[in-house]
Amino acid sequence: MSDDLRSILLDQVERLLADAAGPELLRANEHGEWPEALWAEAEALGLPLALAPEDQGGAGLGWGDAAALWQVLGKHAAPIPLGESMIAAALLAAGGIAPRAGYLGLAVGRASIAWGRRAAAVVSTAGSTVLLQPGPATRQGRAGFSREPADLAAPGVPAAEGRLPEAFGPEAALLAGALLNSARIAGALEAVLDMTVDYANTRKQFGRPIGGFQAVQQLLARCAGEVAAAGVAAANAGRTADRHGLAGAAFEIASAKVVCGEAAHTGAEIAHQVHAAIGFTDDHQLHLFTRRLWQWRDDHGTERAWAKRIGEAALARGGAALWPDLTARDATTGEH
Amino acid sequence: MAGLRFDLRDTPPEAAALRAELREFLAEQGRAWGPMVYGYSWMGFDRAFSREVGKRGWIGMTWPKAYGGGERSALERYVVLEEMLAVGAPVGAHWIGDRQSGPLILRLGTEEQRREFIPRIVSGELAFAIGLSEPDSGSDLASLRTRAEKVPGGWKVNGRKVWTTNAHRCDFAITLLRTAPAPDPKAKHQGLSQFLIDLRASGITIRPILDLVGEEGFNELTFDDVFVPDSLVVGEIGKGWEQATAELAFERAGPERYLSSLPLLTAALDDVRAEPAAAETVGRLLARAGTLRQMSLAVAGMLQDGQTPAREAALVKDVGNDYEQALPEALRTLFDPDRTPPEVQEMQRIMTMVGRSYSLRGGTREILRGIIARQLGLR
Repeated sequence: MSDDLRSILLDQVERLLADAAGPELLRANEHGEWPEALWAEAEALGLPLALAPEDQGGAGLGWGDAAALWQVLGKHAAPIPLGESMIAAALLAAGGIAPRAGYLGLAVGRASIAWGRRAAAVVSTAGSTVLLQPGPATRQGRAGFSREPADLAAPGVPAAEGRLPEAFGPEAALLAGALLNSARIAGALEAVLDMTVDYANTRKQFGRPIGGFQAVQQLLARCAGEVAAAGVAAANAGRTADRHGLAGAAFEIASAKVVCGEAAHTGAEIAHQVHAAIGFTDDHQLHLFTRRLWQWRDDHGTERAWAKRIGEAALARGGAALWPDLTARDATTGEH
Repeated sequence: MAGLRFDLRDTPPEAAALRAELREFLAEQGRAWGPMVYGYSWMGFDRAFSREVGKRGWIGMTWPKAYGGGERSALERYVVLEEMLAVGAPVGAHWIGDRQSGPLILRLGTEEQRREFIPRIVSGELAFAIGLSEPDSGSDLASLRTRAEKVPGGWKVNGRKVWTTNAHRCDFAITLLRTAPAPDPKAKHQGLSQFLIDLRASGITIRPILDLVGEEGFNELTFDDVFVPDSLVVGEIGKGWEQATAELAFERAGPERYLSSLPLLTAALDDVRAEPAAAETVGRLLARAGTLRQMSLAVAGMLQDGQTPAREAALVKDVGNDYEQALPEALRTLFDPDRTPPEVQEMQRIMTMVGRSYSLRGGTREILRGIIARQLGLR
């Protein structure tokens, strides 16, 4: 997708969420209320199928486009499992199965499925095989930090099976999920930083805004560095997946999940420290974002899990290959 | 986020061939380098090496051909810098000239200055130091007191500069001096001017200062009625502050702000393999290295497009400095004194010591964070 088209799409999503999402909807979501209207609007824009090719009813979005879109979802802590549904549709299409309408749940390994109870079908992978199981996931799972309803698929017979191409590889669902969560973290961190800067400029103590104190400024500057790193890591992972496929972008996606996970920790810590007691209350909206940061850094591989993979590969390759490997991706320049 | 932008950039298509050439060159040159060279990274000073770099056209790569430059892109230059830093090459004899003094002279210097200095920077012959800090002026740089008084045909300089890296080995220093008293204490950025000073001029005393490693890395310069001809004024008298701060985006954006300690990771990798915690520790370090590289490339791309991403540069330096300081410490947790090769341990020790300077040189961490905070809208 061209830069222009991408920014038009992002503007659309931004407007949709600015109008229709927000703390109230998030709270309702956490109490088990499916955001019907918001989902319908996302469908009307064709978003759930956007990653599928145009001849399969999609918009032919790339992973880089998707990462940018997911960052917007994160910025609004969007209470719909749109990213998951987009990935599920992409996997189906890649496996030669026509993606169906409605919310498609994504099952990655043994992790529970966001809003599985509302899914029209559940998509999972076994190695390079993509499986479609019609109907919702009915076994209630354990909700995590985000309190978003989570369910598990009951064992069943898949209605369709397809083979994923090599560029997707046997870990496509996990890699795409890690990219999704990295991008959401990057977006949510932007919102958390903005919120915290606003608060620091408004809240007065000792006769002046607390943002005037160097101690607070130093914290927020450090937070800004982490937010920037998270954004770059997520965007780079998406771009690399466009060029080399999900399987070929394993290093960049793993890196993004590590860097975004670390940034989620630092960002949430600083935001709460600056907000102090009010940010510790249920009333304030900060926790709607920070609980999701903690959720998303756990989902689809922790920092530790992904770091170990990167490290194992590097140790196997040896010291002499370290720098050449780090720069090897540049040799083939892409669309820029 | 508050107007900060990091658009991903690619290294240019020419980069692959350039890298191959550099790796061959550096492998040959690097045979005799040891922990001390790696540890000092871009503060390491080796004129013979810099002349070899110059011969290959890798200094002043982006500058006009009329002055000996290569008219290549900023991103090609970036490739050269990162290849040098990644192996810990002693680039100090040409680093400042290539990064700061050359671009400053090209931008604001007279035609005579360009002809005089640029070709000799390009060849690796002329080494520059930066004379900013003074005994009583560090982070509060504009409070500097070393002054230049107008005399017939030039200026008479008196005062002291300190922490000037490698000045005792360099030929010239770009200095910021007071040429007029500040109109009032709040306007101390006025009345400052930039001068090129010949470090062999009479009246200059250079006293090397031993650093904590035990090396003579930096100096104290004393100016006692030093005559500087008018021909060595850079840019406009009284505009020194604006001129000097415009250089900061260049000074802060480069790969030297995150790569200083990477050679240790390369050197230690094979030794730490047996440690159970190695994979996770190394993985975290590599994830950050790849990300910082993209951030740094994004800033280099903006510079190439003619923008001055001073705030983005400050941010990359801040995150990068944290990283290059954390790296030797993280690897230490994987070392075993009985197993880890002595030269790797020595490199780690030197970087632990030299690393204290990473978050001081080119603007302290606290000053940088203050700049970032103001950009975020905090007052």
